[in-house]
Amino acid sequence: MSADPPARAGASGSGLMLECAGVWKVFGDGASDLLAERAGAVTLEDLHTRGLIGAVRDASLRVREGEIFVIMGLSGSGKSTLVRCMSRLIEPSAGRILFDGEDLLGMPEKKLIELRRHEMGMVFQHFALLPHLNVLGNVAFPLEVQGMARREREGRAMEVIELVGLSGRERYYPRELSGGQQQRVGIARSLAVEPRIWFLDEPFSALDPLIRREMQDEFMRLQSMLRKTIVFITHDFDEAIRLADRIAIMKDGAIIQIGTPEELVTHPADDYVADFTREIPRAKVLSVRAVMGEPVESWAGEVRAKEKVQEVAAAVARGRAPFAVLDESGAVVGSLTREDIFRVLVGLETRA
Amino acid sequence: MSAPASRDRWLAAGLPRRYAIAWLVLLLVAIAVHLARGALPALATYPEPWFLPLRFWVSDLMKWLVNDFDLGLFTFQEMTRSIAWLLEWPLRAAQSLFAEGFSRGIGRDAEEIVPRIPWIALIVACALMGLSARGRGLAALVAGALLYLAVFGQWDSAMVTLASIVIAVPLGAGAGLLLGIAGFRSVRLERVLVPLLDLMQTVPIFAYLVPVLFLFGFGPVAAMVATIIYATPPMVRVTMLALRQVPADVVEFGRMAGCSRRQLLWKVLVPSARPSLMVGINQVIMLSLNMVIIASMIGAGGLGYDVLTSLKRLRIGDGVEAGLAITLLAIALDRLSQAFANRPPRAHRDTTPPFFRRHPFLIAATALLAVSWMAGSVLPGVQDYPETLEISTAQMWSDLIKWINVNFYDHLEAVKTWLLFHLLIPVKRFLTTVPWIAVVAAVAIAGHRLGGWRLAALTGSLALFMAVTGNWEKSMITVYLCGVSVLVASLIGIPVGIWAARNERVHRVVQVVIDTLQTLPSFVYLIPVVMLFRVGDFSAMIAVVAYAVAPAVRYTAHGLRQVPAQLIEAATAAGCTRRQTLWKVQFPIALPEIMLGINQTIMLALSMLVITALVGTRDLGQEVYIALTKADTGRGIVAGLCVAFIAIISDRLISAWVRRKKRELGLE
Repeated sequence: MSADPPARAGASGSGLMLECAGVWKVFGDGASDLLAERAGAVTLEDLHTRGLIGAVRDASLRVREGEIFVIMGLSGSGKSTLVRCMSRLIEPSAGRILFDGEDLLGMPEKKLIELRRHEMGMVFQHFALLPHLNVLGNVAFPLEVQGMARREREGRAMEVIELVGLSGRERYYPRELSGGQQQRVGIARSLAVEPRIWFLDEPFSALDPLIRREMQDEFMRLQSMLRKTIVFITHDFDEAIRLADRIAIMKDGAIIQIGTPEELVTHPADDYVADFTREIPRAKVLSVRAVMGEPVESWAGEVRAKEKVQEVAAAVARGRAPFAVLDESGAVVGSLTREDIFRVLVGLETRA
Repeated sequence: MSAPASRDRWLAAGLPRRYAIAWLVLLLVAIAVHLARGALPALATYPEPWFLPLRFWVSDLMKWLVNDFDLGLFTFQEMTRSIAWLLEWPLRAAQSLFAEGFSRGIGRDAEEIVPRIPWIALIVACALMGLSARGRGLAALVAGALLYLAVFGQWDSAMVTLASIVIAVPLGAGAGLLLGIAGFRSVRLERVLVPLLDLMQTVPIFAYLVPVLFLFGFGPVAAMVATIIYATPPMVRVTMLALRQVPADVVEFGRMAGCSRRQLLWKVLVPSARPSLMVGINQVIMLSLNMVIIASMIGAGGLGYDVLTSLKRLRIGDGVEAGLAITLLAIALDRLSQAFANRPPRAHRDTTPPFFRRHPFLIAATALLAVSWMAGSVLPGVQDYPETLEISTAQMWSDLIKWINVNFYDHLEAVKTWLLFHLLIPVKRFLTTVPWIAVVAAVAIAGHRLGGWRLAALTGSLALFMAVTGNWEKSMITVYLCGVSVLVASLIGIPVGIWAARNERVHRVVQVVIDTLQTLPSFVYLIPVVMLFRVGDFSAMIAVVAYAVAPAVRYTAHGLRQVPAQLIEAATAAGCTRRQTLWKVQFPIALPEIMLGINQTIMLALSMLVITALVGTRDLGQEVYIALTKADTGRGIVAGLCVAFIAIISDRLISAWVRRKKRELGLE
């Protein structure tokens, strides 16, 4: 289902930032013995009979450089545990994790601290701001821990504070800020060290729906400027669809499917995934390429193949003739009719 | 058809029935042993030849520690004495600063170089602290309390006490913080620390005064060591709890930011836990004050010494004055430290003003100190409160007490006699005649019922300890005095708590009263009691009730108030009257919380009982006190352990009951 390129471990610049292979996190006595003994071939029943809890079961995934990789699952699905394994906040019971080709799990404490100080940033669901520091102090904290001089780190912190739109509030204390503003501080703080990988653990779940929407837009604005490699955790499928380049869906600790939003909607791996995708407005997810027909002789206008149906729907529906579909190079690869738009909007089978 | 059904019912009821049978058997055995005490004396009264000479072993161990224990380069006693020497420096500096002034030379040749802090400067400085921490009300309260000390001639003694506090509190709080951090970091250490803290907080203070005396010598330093030992445990507990309560994601953030272990502790955990840690410091201050008073017996001097001597000489007026001084000092210190703990968190400022604008109070206090110190050398009235303006109310208090005793003697005596004959003496007689073996068994069965075999083994063996070490009768007298006092305290405290829970105005008044009651050092309670009821068990009971009633009130009110509003709405909707709502809904749900309050009341009662040894009880407290006066380490420690074990038995049983009840109610 996933369109992963073959992994070239150890090669920086391969486009692969983080790789998890067969990662397990099992809570309970004797968990690692069981996993070692069975070489990872452990079922849910095995765990049940031994009174163990499999928070993450045999998770494998690859995060490419510069992509937004969303891990989506309901509460208790193990998504938070998995992201904590990726940063080694939680020690996995078994498996292999490579960060930029380097073995993360075998890394000595000192090197890990260096890695966290310079390469990783994390945003937390409940903000996790330090109550005794003001905005400036909070944002500068990761730099302070590195041992950066006050003037330098505060200068850098001011830049990031401006980036997230909190200029003028740098002397406020966390309790003086609204939830949305607090999370802006959390975001600024995690970006202060210019991390190469950016973990966001349900960053907008604690916010009101309107603020959440605003913060998602803000997040996309930042990402369009920064092009970070992102692992984003959410329990909200709409949010996943909105933000993701690719999505991994988790259930009971296992990854069920990895794919682009479009792949998940068009080819759900099972009923569980299909249940999520059913309510999703297709027009927002499907690209023109997924619903277009054969090229035709004359057309009323042009659309691009990678555009979402939603974006072109109004224009095509108003047109009297089919539209031509162009690929990146500008060549005509297909056509789009009012009927195609109509089928997507009412949820009928597309002719593709 | 009916046979299996009835068997099921029997099985379902099996557990309680088994215990009912156990209790019945126990009762019969107890009666049998009592009747056959002529034939089987060993079962009724623990026979003397079986006593374990534990107290002599402890004394010998102490002797060995003091005389022979050699650590190689130096002996154990040399070590403790050098610690004492080290501690003496800051203490002497504080004494000079607050009480005596700095001087050169010894004895009569002493020549004062710098006088102590002028009284005016101290009062204004403390008022400024109150102003900066809370506002004018607190400033007035603190200034008023200190002014009392000056006007009523208590200044010198109070300053000696204050100097000890000023040194003991940072040491106790610092040691508590470090131990708490160590316990937080190492689960293994925590497992050792927690029972040790339990013991330290339940073994009566008097019991460890003797070893402290041996190791650190008589005098203010030994008193301070005892104070620190007494005041540190709550800080250790608060620290472990506070660090553990730092939200998990804040800790995770610290780790993700790349903090080293040390950075994580000092830059993330401790600052995040600061508000809770301040509560711990407030406790250290209050316990230190409590202990400094008691420590006057081993040479701390100060207000406690004044109270003690006037009690001994029955100079009632002086005692009341000094007691009031302690009370006011305690209230001032408590309110001040609480205000600092609860100070509203800082709000942002748009610019950073210069230093003197940021700290106006600090600058003002420093300037005032300098000015008054200089002015003091010219104007003695600035330096020391003029003696001619001192007022004494001692005579008035003596007269008042005399008047009460003359006019109400019969009434007071009637109440006392009635309670003695109808409550105290019967309970005492019962507890001292029940065969020891039956009591031990009862405690073990209760332990089994509430917490299984482990708890049964713990409570049973702790009870056995009292018999084996030859303290059985004194222990039973302690149980009797404590039990009666707790009963009376509950009979007063629970209704007051209910009243406070149902009436906001009452609640506010009650809150102030019990806050004040809990602020007062235990010693203070003895003064009025002795004056009105003289010595004996009844006086002890009154003092214990007054000291221990606060938690019963507080927990009852709190328990009732935290019953979810929707349950009360549901009861009202079902047509309950206010009375029915209280007894059928609120009370059952609040019962576990109320029992926790009773548990606290028991703990306070036991700690107060030991102090009431000064008014002539015959329980373990007296035993500990006698050991103190005779400097008998073993006797004091063993009796002290018995007190601690009574506390631990009741605490474990009640806690187990509360846990089970809360689980049943789905409150956990």
